Formats: sequence, C-alpha cells, structure tokens
Amino acid sequence: MTIEAPDLSLAALAPLLFVFGAACIGVLVEAFGPRDSRHPVQVAVALVGTLGGLVTTVLLAGTREVTAGGALAVDGAGLFLQATIAGLGALSLLLFAERNLDPARSAFVVSAAVPAGSVRDRELLTVQRVQTEVYPLATFAIGGMMLFVTANDLLVMFVALEVLSLPLYLISGLARRRRLLSQEAAVKYFLLGSFASAFFLYGVALVYGATGTVRLAGVREAVAGAEGGTLVVLGLALLVVGLLFKASVAPFHTWTPDVYQGAPTPVTAFMAACTKVAAFGAILRLLYVAFGTEEWTWRPLVYGVAIVSMVIGAVLGLTQTDLKRMLAYSSVAHAGFLLTGVLGLPATGDAAGSGLPAVMFYLLAYGLTTLGAFAVLTLVRSGEGEATHLSQWAGLAQRSPLTAAVMSLFLLALAGIPLTSGFTGKFAVFRAAIEDGAWPLALVALLASAVAAFFYLRVIVLMYFSEPAVDGPTVGVPGLPTTIVLAVTAAATLLLGIVPGAVLGLADRAAIFVG
Amino acid sequence: MSVTHYLVLAAILFTIGAVGVLVRRNAIVVFMCIELMLNSVNLTLVTFARATGTIDGQIMAFFVMVVAAAEVVVGLAIIMSIYRTRRSASVDDANLLKY
Repeated sequence: MTIEAPDLSLAALAPLLFVFGAACIGVLVEAFGPRDSRHPVQVAVALVGTLGGLVTTVLLAGTREVTAGGALAVDGAGLFLQATIAGLGALSLLLFAERNLDPARSAFVVSAAVPAGSVRDRELLTVQRVQTEVYPLATFAIGGMMLFVTANDLLVMFVALEVLSLPLYLISGLARRRRLLSQEAAVKYFLLGSFASAFFLYGVALVYGATGTVRLAGVREAVAGAEGGTLVVLGLALLVVGLLFKASVAPFHTWTPDVYQGAPTPVTAFMAACTKVAAFGAILRLLYVAFGTEEWTWRPLVYGVAIVSMVIGAVLGLTQTDLKRMLAYSSVAHAGFLLTGVLGLPATGDAAGSGLPAVMFYLLAYGLTTLGAFAVLTLVRSGEGEATHLSQWAGLAQRSPLTAAVMSLFLLALAGIPLTSGFTGKFAVFRAAIEDGAWPLALVALLASAVAAFFYLRVIVLMYFSEPAVDGPTVGVPGLPTTIVLAVTAAATLLLGIVPGAVLGLADRAAIFVG
Repeated sequence: MSVTHYLVLAAILFTIGAVGVLVRRNAIVVFMCIELMLNSVNLTLVTFARATGTIDGQIMAFFVMVVAAAEVVVGLAIIMSIYRTRRSASVDDANLLKY
C-alpha cells in the first residue's frame, strides 16, 4: 500500500502559515526570551504575523483553488474574509499592546494563577510587569479564524473552531481589574462554548453517516442525489446550531452579554469583531457550498432565528445600563441583520446573488465600527478601572469633546445612520433580502433598527446634553497603539459610508465559493 | 448486533450528556457531561465508518480525542482559577454577571 502525498499549494496557504508561524514563534519567545524585552518582541512578532497574513491574502487576490487534499478552499470569499480577520486582528492586538491607559501599564493580569483578591494578588496589582502570553494566544485564535473561513471539510472546520475558541476562553479570563467577573466570564464562555462544539461535532458525525463523506462538495453531491434524508436534516440543524452559537445569534446568545462584560475590553473588542466574521464565514460556506441544494430545509430555520435575534437584541439592548452589555446586545441584533443577508440568493458558481457580497461587506463594516467603539470604552476610566456604567458617561462631551465625537460616530454607524458604514451595510443586506422576496424579514429588520437606534442615540444624548457629575470619570490619554486603532476605525467608518463603491465592488467580485 | 444498536446507544449517551450539562451544578460535572457528549460522537463516527465502509470516521475519532484532550487542559485551568478564588466550583455561585 502506498500513501500518496496530498497536493499542497504553499502559496495559497501562505496567509495561514504566516499567522500560525508567528504564533509558534510567540510561544518560543515566551519560553526562552528574557522577561524585560518580551513585551516589545511579542507585540512585534504578533503584528508581523497578522499583517503578513493580511498582505499575503491581498497578493493572493484572484486565486480560486482547492488545496491541501481538498481540505481547504482558497477562494474569493475566503480570502476577503481572511483579510478582514487579519486586519481586525492586527488592530485588536494594538489594543492589547496599549500601555498608557491603565496605571499598571497593562489591561492583563500579571499572574493568572494567583487567586483573585489574595495578598499576593493585591501586591501584583500595582506592579508594572506585563503579561505577554496573550499575544501568542490571540495570534493562534486569529489563525484558527482564518482557517475556519477557508475550511472545505467539516472535520477541518471543527478543528479550526476549537483552535479559535480555546485561546479565546483563556484570554477572556485574564483581566487585571475585576478579576472575579473576568474569571466568571471565562467559565461561562468555556462551558457553553464546548457544549455548542459538541452539538456541531454530532452534526458532523450525522452528516458523515448520511453521506459517507465530510468534504463540503461531496456532501453537496450526496444531498443533491437525495441520499440520507432525515439524518442529513438533523445533522444540518446541529451544525447550524453550533455555528449560530459562535456568531452569538439569539436564542443561542445567552453567553454574549456576560462574556462581553466580564472579559478585558481589548479582548471583548477582538471577540466582537473577529469571531463574528469567522463564524459568519463558516455559516455562509456551509449553507451555500454544502447545503446550497437543500435551501428549503435551512431557509425557514435561518428566517426564524434572524427575526428572534433582531428582536431580542434590540429590545433587551434598551434595558441595559452597562455600555459593554449594551454593545453585546447590539452585537446580537447585528447578527440578526447579517442573517437577513445570508437569506439572499446562494452564490454557487456564476449565478451570484446579492446576499453573499452584502454579508461580506457588512462584516467588514461592523467589525471596524464595533472595534472602534470598544476602543473608546478603554479610554474612559474612573478610579483605576474602566467606567462602563451608562450614568458615568453623562456630560462626557464637556470633559473631552473629541472622545464624545468619536464615540458618537461609532454609535451612529451601529445605528445605521446614512453617511456611515453601518448604513451602507444595512442597505446592502436588506436589499438582498427584498430581492429574494423576504420583504417581511426586511420589515422586521427595519423596525428592529429603529428600536436599536434609540439606545445608541440615548448614549449620545447623555454625553452631550447632561451635566457631568462632579466625581465623574476621567478620559485617559491613549498611547500610540490605541490612537492608531481609533484613527483607522473612525476613518474607515466614514469612508465606507461616504464612498463605499470600491469596497462594495471588491466584495462583489470576490463573492465566489469554490469547492 | 446491527450498527443501529450502536447508533442508538450513542444517541442515548449524547442525550444523557446534554441533559447533564443543563441540570448539574458543579462545573467539573458539567464538564464531564460535555466529555460524555464528545465520546458519544466518537462512537457514532466509528459506527458510521463501519457502516459506510470508509475510514474517515475512524480518523475523525482520533482528531476528536486530541481536541477533547486540549479542551480538558484549558477547561480545568479555567475552573481551577475560579475555584481557588471562590472555594466553590458550583456554576450557581458564579452569578456576578447578570441582566
């Protein structure tokens, strides 16, 4: 018996190799590098890896290739989403690297093994030592996400899902302040996340049993030949539940507010932006490539969850008093808006519908905006921690007009006001839904947008038209990393709203799945 | 014994695991229930490998074992850190984040 070497196109894998390579080097630096110089080296390694991944995806533009023995599909949509994840990931890493805002010079705990609140913990709280394990962990998560959106095989998809999730569970428990909340967030995220992974995996097993293969193309052929029946439908449902959990779509969203609130804010920014892109990338590929012919099986399911997600996100967002929680419910609502676009016509082969490019553009726009919004949250501080309670933001415009203006821009974009990226994205996904005859869904989406706009605008009103409290929060002066993040995300939010043509065109041309 | 028996057994184990996650209160027990779910999937995969005459299912079972081992490392680390602070591994005690 001979074993054939699988065809492996190293060029097409370059983005992944870059990011995973940087993550492995990061682990070695952590083990052998001298402690004093570790922080700058780790930041540099992680940034070179993610930016290298971004550049190589851009260079690969136009590649349509199935490689690694059919396990990976490097295609237009995959590369677009990989570039989005790499870019947003690099920006999140810059937020991780910020050293000017916290008096102890880092948002991450020095030693996660020391019990919170113990004598040793209080000693370490003011020590200006920096934790650098987060950089390789975050780089591994970014690599897993980039693998996730190009996986052409259910098994690779599962492995990528775990590679992106496991580091996230850990880094969400590493906050320097309010460690109990952070640890609780990590436990909840971990238990619910692995519960959802188990469902996804059972779905993989059932689809494999029904079709005899885990390749997405093989599944499509088997399903089109009407093999499997009940097993396929059951497997599909379980797979989708696992993915919807990661995308924090209601009713699988219960972890989202807790984890977003408890995790360190840079990590929350990273999760809100990148995980969403990765999860929706996988949902799109699974539904369009493997189950494109089974459209009438998953359509009602996606239709229903989209409505539930928009309504729950918008209505519960109204009742929140914590800004991080409010943005978490906003993320649930946005997941519903994205699903509206997923229902646009499938884009297999040449018959491209408007749904796929619309969702791709929306993911990019939402990722940049939400990253910026969380970056602003790291600036406003009271005492030694962040001031995330709504009432603390009263009159912020008088204290720091620039911060209030930038936050208002992001909130307006999240609400979908014209001339911001949020409007362009929403317009694109709603149009895709209406073109496909799903106008009732678009109607619900519009109503939900209107409700959601209320809680975004409430923050703006609070910042501009309230008197600041005497003992209100201070606005920290950000260092270079956060300044870069704020400048890039604010500029992108405006540009994608005013002149979205180039990026929309790019998404349109890239919106092709192979496999 | 037909393959159906194994599939039904696996489905029962999966259900026991899923119900356990929902009703048990100790984080370690919840975690064990998740492991039970993963292992029932392994049984399903191996059974389907036999039924469809392909080897993919057996290979996948190995992947699942490796992933489950990695999950144990991460999960126990997280549960240990919260236990050290609170002296309790009950998921009901972790209730600071709500509404």
